[in-house]
Amino acid sequence: MKVITANFVTCAVKDCKTSPASFPLHFNDAELEQQELDFQPEFIRNILPRIDWDALRTISNELGFPSLPESKPEGEALDNEQTLKDLHRLLLETHVTEGKLTCGNCGHSYMIKEGIANFLLPSHLV
Amino acid sequence: MDYLVRFAQLHETFRRPELEACATLAGVDIEIITYNEYSPYCVVRLPDEGAARAVAKRSILVKDIFELWGEGTNYEELHADVHRRTQHRWKDYNTVPFKFTIDYFAGTRSLVQKGEIIRSFSYMAFKGPISLTNPDEEFFVMEEYIDDVEVSALGVSRTEAPRKIYFTRKIADSCREDVLKYDLKKRRYISTTSMDAELSLITANMALAAPGKLFFDPFVGTGSFIIAASHFGALTLGSDIDGRSFRGKESGKLGIFENFDQYGIKSKFVDTFTSDLTNTPLRRTGVLDGIVCDPPYGVREGLRVLGNRRGKPAVNVIIDGIPAYLRPGFVPPKKPYGFEALQNDVLEFAVRSLVPNGRLSMWMPTTNDEKIEFPVPMHQNLEIVSISVQHFNTWARRLITYRRLPEGELSDITLARKNIDDQGTRADDLNAFRRVHMLRGHGTRVEKDQKTTQ
Repeated sequence: MKVITANFVTCAVKDCKTSPASFPLHFNDAELEQQELDFQPEFIRNILPRIDWDALRTISNELGFPSLPESKPEGEALDNEQTLKDLHRLLLETHVTEGKLTCGNCGHSYMIKEGIANFLLPSHLV
Repeated sequence: MDYLVRFAQLHETFRRPELEACATLAGVDIEIITYNEYSPYCVVRLPDEGAARAVAKRSILVKDIFELWGEGTNYEELHADVHRRTQHRWKDYNTVPFKFTIDYFAGTRSLVQKGEIIRSFSYMAFKGPISLTNPDEEFFVMEEYIDDVEVSALGVSRTEAPRKIYFTRKIADSCREDVLKYDLKKRRYISTTSMDAELSLITANMALAAPGKLFFDPFVGTGSFIIAASHFGALTLGSDIDGRSFRGKESGKLGIFENFDQYGIKSKFVDTFTSDLTNTPLRRTGVLDGIVCDPPYGVREGLRVLGNRRGKPAVNVIIDGIPAYLRPGFVPPKKPYGFEALQNDVLEFAVRSLVPNGRLSMWMPTTNDEKIEFPVPMHQNLEIVSISVQHFNTWARRLITYRRLPEGELSDITLARKNIDDQGTRADDLNAFRRVHMLRGHGTRVEKDQKTTQ
């Protein structure tokens, strides 16, 4: 599971959706892998406005990456190729191959195995 | 300027919407002047040649696009129209290597007749060398006759002479040859329900897949739709309630990723995860540019969501001191779900997760029986852009494309049926399509077909 995907998912339990504590889900025991991909600046520019920056900073810290700037790069900052490359590397080229994602609201954990997260819920949480 | 589009003569109800989607993608205005579902020739108005090239370049159902130099119902009219439209331009072409082709639909001409037709254009006085293999300019005479399909469908009678004749200059080919590249027979990872390459690419076009965008398929399976969207440059995500469908059987390999690798579009693959659309982990905010999907019908594949089949679940199943759901290998229980309920859930999901003007292209089955109608699902925040139908022997399926309306705009849904069919415990109680398709009391369609062949 890539870092960008972690920015788009929250707890699958319906009651958690309205609680701020359910997002972002927190990584535990995460094993990381880097995968080199073609640089796609156009995508980063388009997707950045939809990224929750605070959540990205939290996740980036939990995964042990150097701190991201406090505010989201916008406007002219996006003309800087290095900024885009760094974001591309973090969002698309970094993925968690094994580990858990835990909801800060209900405490339920979702397993990640071989890079695939499983968000299916046991019936008492549906 | 007027241009002539030459379509492939199949999937007729998909052709106009796809052409319009390609114009939207190219950012140009298109006006369809004449269109006939029984003919491959369609006249359109576009701002310029660059626009014509851009529109054709993205289309699967267009074969090629031409500049219209003249049209008529007979050669006299055609020649007069060619004079009127293009006389001032003939001199620009009088030294270039060129080629003349006679193209016809549902008709034929002998070599001698072809020669006569070509010579009848000698007034244009093209003096350039004739090059059959590598011409700079290709001119086409296109004759449209009345096809047998139209004769039987509309009861019109066939005529000896062509109904319509066009004279055109070729501009560009479409990307129709990409269909061969994505042929399922040559794909590494497929299953019984993989969507064929042509219709997958068309679906991606309808939803306006393009570089820089993010696309999602909530019933991803082996990834036919997201591969098509990624072919056109979108980055893609997929999920499925059954993780085995996208993982495949080979351990250490992700089946769906093998396909992205095969086509050289690994960089466009974002993620797949296991989840149920009715309990999706995606945030309730606009992050997606497009959703492309073929939801399960409950016939060939189960139509199930998370939950216990009968009433309240047993919460406290504890095995060896550990709740069952925390043990490795736990498979959450699933229950059958309503056919129309699921489609309405897809619309709800699209409204929540698409950016304004983002598109949902969704397939849904229906019957050929006019007495039993499955209405097109509607939502007030979604505008229906197009509906196309693919007919089979006893059933049909529709591709419905919706646009997420920006906040403050609503579409008229007074004709919509809000069918609540999510109550019930068995697949047959829940799924009207399944009931009709399976012909209750006669066994399944497959069994019936086998019986008749024996």
